[in-house]
Parts: sequence; C-alpha cells; structure tokens
Amino acid sequence: MIVVLLFYFLALITVLGALVTAFSKNIVHSAFGLMASMVGVAGLYGYMSADFLAIVQLIVYVGGIVVLILFAVMFTGDIREVKSSNKTVNLLWATPFIAALIGIIIGAEGKVNFVSKTTKLHNTPTTKMIGDSLLSDYVLPFEVVSVLLLAVLLGAVHVARKYKTDER
Amino acid sequence: MESITNSLIQSWGITSSTGAQLVSLLVMLAFSAVVLIPFFLPFAGITSWLERRIAGRMQSRVGPNINGPQGFLQWIADGVKAMEKEDLMPDDADKPLFKVAPYFVFMGVGATLVAIPFSEYLVLSDLNVGIFYIISVTSFVTVGILLAGWSSNNKWSLIGGVRSASQMISYEIPTALSILTVVLLTGSLSMQDIVKAQGFWPWQWHISNNPFMIVMFFIFFISALAEGSRTPFDLPEAESELVSGYNTEYSGIRFAMFFLAEWGNLFVIGAMTTVLFLGGWQAPVALQGSIWNTPVQFIIFMTKMSAVVFIVIQLRWTLPRVRVDQLMIICWHYFVPLSLLSILAVTIWMALSYGHSALELGMSIFSAAIWLYFVFLVLFRAVRNFKKTNAKLNLNFLE
Repeated sequence: MIVVLLFYFLALITVLGALVTAFSKNIVHSAFGLMASMVGVAGLYGYMSADFLAIVQLIVYVGGIVVLILFAVMFTGDIREVKSSNKTVNLLWATPFIAALIGIIIGAEGKVNFVSKTTKLHNTPTTKMIGDSLLSDYVLPFEVVSVLLLAVLLGAVHVARKYKTDER
Repeated sequence: MESITNSLIQSWGITSSTGAQLVSLLVMLAFSAVVLIPFFLPFAGITSWLERRIAGRMQSRVGPNINGPQGFLQWIADGVKAMEKEDLMPDDADKPLFKVAPYFVFMGVGATLVAIPFSEYLVLSDLNVGIFYIISVTSFVTVGILLAGWSSNNKWSLIGGVRSASQMISYEIPTALSILTVVLLTGSLSMQDIVKAQGFWPWQWHISNNPFMIVMFFIFFISALAEGSRTPFDLPEAESELVSGYNTEYSGIRFAMFFLAEWGNLFVIGAMTTVLFLGGWQAPVALQGSIWNTPVQFIIFMTKMSAVVFIVIQLRWTLPRVRVDQLMIICWHYFVPLSLLSILAVTIWMALSYGHSALELGMSIFSAAIWLYFVFLVLFRAVRNFKKTNAKLNLNFLE
C-alpha cells in the first residue's frame, strides 16, 4: 500500500516536471521542471531496486545536464518574456500521434509481462552485477561506447582550442 | 536501523505488510528528523562560532566573546536573530524559485549525512552505493546556488551563481577521479566497506597505500575545498568583488540556511576526507568486543574530522583568493592530468603488488613515512618560529 503510494508520488513528480518543462514559457522554469522530472525518474529506478542506476541518473542528469542547461540559459538575456516567432502549427500533427502512442501503451499494459525479470533482482545490490557484466559479456559494446566518448571529448577540445594564429 | 524497525514492528504486534511499511517509513523519518537535523544544525552553528574565534585570533582581534562562555552561544543568538528578521524579497525576483532555492542548497548538504559512518554501527544507512550517493546529492547544491543567483534578478547574484556552476562542474572531475582510486583500492562503493578496508595505524590508511595516494589526497582535499566554495576558492561569494555573490538579495532565515549549508558542508568535507583517506572510525583492534568500542570509534572519527575542519578554517584566513582563470588552470591543466596519471599508477601498483603482502606493507610504511615527515616538518617549523619570535602563547581565553 505504502509502496504503491510511493510509486504514484514519484510518478506524479515525473509527470508534473515533464509538463512544466513542456508548457512553461520561462526557460529557467522549464529547466527546473526537467530537474524535477529527472529526480522522479531516479526515484522510480530506486523504487525498482536499481540503486546504481538511480544514483547515476542523479549524477548525470541533475548534476550534469540540468546544471549545464541552467549555466547556458543564464548567459541568455531577456528570457522572461519570450516572443516566439514561429507559431505552434505542429500541435495539429502532434496531438493525434501522442494520443495514438498513449493508446498503444495503455493497450499493451495487460498483454506484456514486464514484471518477471525485475522480481528476481529485488533488494539485491546491482553495482557488482553491472560491473561484472560490463567487463565480461558486454565488453565490446562497453569499449565501443568508450571510444565514442573519447572521440566526443577530442572533438570538444578541438572546437574549443585557441590556435596560435588567432592570437594577436 | 533495520533491526530497530523490526523490533518495533514485533513489539507492536503489527502483522500486515502495509503496517510494517508504514512503521519503517515513520521510524526512518523520525530518526532523520530527531537525530540528524539536531546534529547538523549545532555542528554548523558551533563551527561558525569556532571559525570566527579562530579568525579573530589569527587577525589579532577578538571575535565573538559576549554571549555565553567565550561567546560560545553566539550561534544561537545569530540563529534567533535570523529567524526574527523580515524575509525580504526583491520586487523583480522570480518569486517561486527565489523561495525554493535555499532549500535545495540545504537539502543537498543535509542529505549527505545519511551515508556518513560515525562508527561501526552509528550510520543511518550503509548504502552500497554510499560514496556515489554523496557525490550525486551534492549536485543539488549547485542547482540551488544557480537558481538563487538567477532568481534574485541581480547582476552580482547572477555572476556569483555562474561562477559557482563553472567551478563545481570543473572540480567535480578531479574529485570523482580521486574518489575512484579509493574505490579501486577497496573494491566497493559503500562507505563502511571503505573504512573497513583500512586500519587504526597511519600506514594502514588509504593515504599511505602508495605515494600516489598522497597526491590523490591533496587533489581530493583541494577539489573538495573548491566544491564547497571555501577560500581560496570562494569566488561565488567573493565579498570584495560581488558584494556577497549568489546570496546578496537574501535575508532572514533563507540567508541563514545558505550559511548553515556552508558550514555543514565543512563537516561533509572533513568527514569524507576522513573516511576516504584517513582511516575513518578505525579503532585499535584490542578494543574489539569491549563496550568502549563504539564510543572510542566515534571519538576517533570526530577527532580526525575536526582536525581536517580546523585546517580548512585556517586556510581560509591564510590564503588569498585565486583568480577565475587561475582556478580553471589549476583544475584542467594540473589536477585532471595528474589524477589520471595517478589512477594509472595506482592500478599498476595494485597489479604488481597483488598477493605480495610484505611488499604492500613495506610500501605503506614508506609512504606513511613520507607524509608523516611533512606533518612533523610543519609542526617543527611552527614551534621553532614560535620560539624565535618570543611570542607568548596566549591561553588566557577569558580576556
């Protein structure tokens, strides 16, 4: 009972945060809503006893992404009264698609068995398992992702680098 | 914690799972409210008094000495004053964010206390991702400071908030890398396991596992200072440049919350340094099983933690503030490459010494000797300078 209430509380935070993110005119409020949504998702991970994933979600999204968004937004002037030049014509197309998507998700709810895999992991620490599988079964994807990240890092350094010819 | 909850559930005769869940939830909340917050607030308050007294002494002035013995009750007077003051809010401020920002800062610091082990049994929750959890919840501090800086609608606040964000994003990397070496040595993210991997004697601590851990200790300590916005890295609230930085527009209890969070952060810095590098609560093995075990462990932990906090306070009143570009150069040009190299060196040493316990012990004693030499050198020089200048040690506190 309490656990179910907890789930609805976390889901409420997530959904409300997402709504604020989507509908707020003020971009800082949007970033704030995004943070609430991310915290809610982290809570849901914790709820499903994926402790490591919950913490990673907090570090990457709250500590990284949201802070970077806020950081970038603060250098933008005049964000309170945004006069958007483009009209929201895509609302016409988006509404039926979203309605269909929600319909599919709700329709699939009883037919797909989501539970069977998670019950096995209940209340067991996952860090060791994730580490073991990353370095045994999934070592190739892991290495490919690290090469990708390294390429991104080098690209960022290359873009940000000040060349000597630029200096006076 | 679990045993307390279970015994309560049994003694109250609750059988349904809903009731049990409710009881455990209430016990958790009550424990954090009754034990943790009254621990956190006095600690932050007493540290504020201590810091001002030490500052007074270092700058040849008095400091707070009126309320209570030695002005010890100054922090209560300050707290009451802050609560009675009007909670001013600028007209053009973004009101909901302005109101909520101090809570984020306070929560980010307060939530770290959950995972800090005071002794073998005195820990609220021994999370198996403990150290990772502490890194993650402190990111709420950054968000709170950024929101406070922006929502005040004040140029000084905004500059303070932006400086804080850039500083914390940058210094998170060397901090995380230095923590990673400790995790490598331990093989666990749990705070208790990290402490249990160490021992009572200095050469059993993580700092003296090999000489590169001393490097990592300094990188961690300086990065933690930068993340906690302590001088010499207090750019976000540089009084001489930015009035008061991100908290310029705050007053009353919200202002007090920022400052409680800052002094609480001091405790977190001390506790994390102690747990990660300085052996945590480890007491002599001879005490195991005796009734004095837990108190001695607690006292040892608090002593080490206070020593670190004292050094941090002294640094604040000794060093000048660094410039913004110097701050970034320290982080990106020196700390990040140095910590990457140190991780490589620590892993190589771990691979080489695996299974050779004599080799490990020899290296630990050698490395402990290095840092103990520097500690004694500093103490020796302090005593010698003290004697040379014929200064009198003024222990008469009741001046």
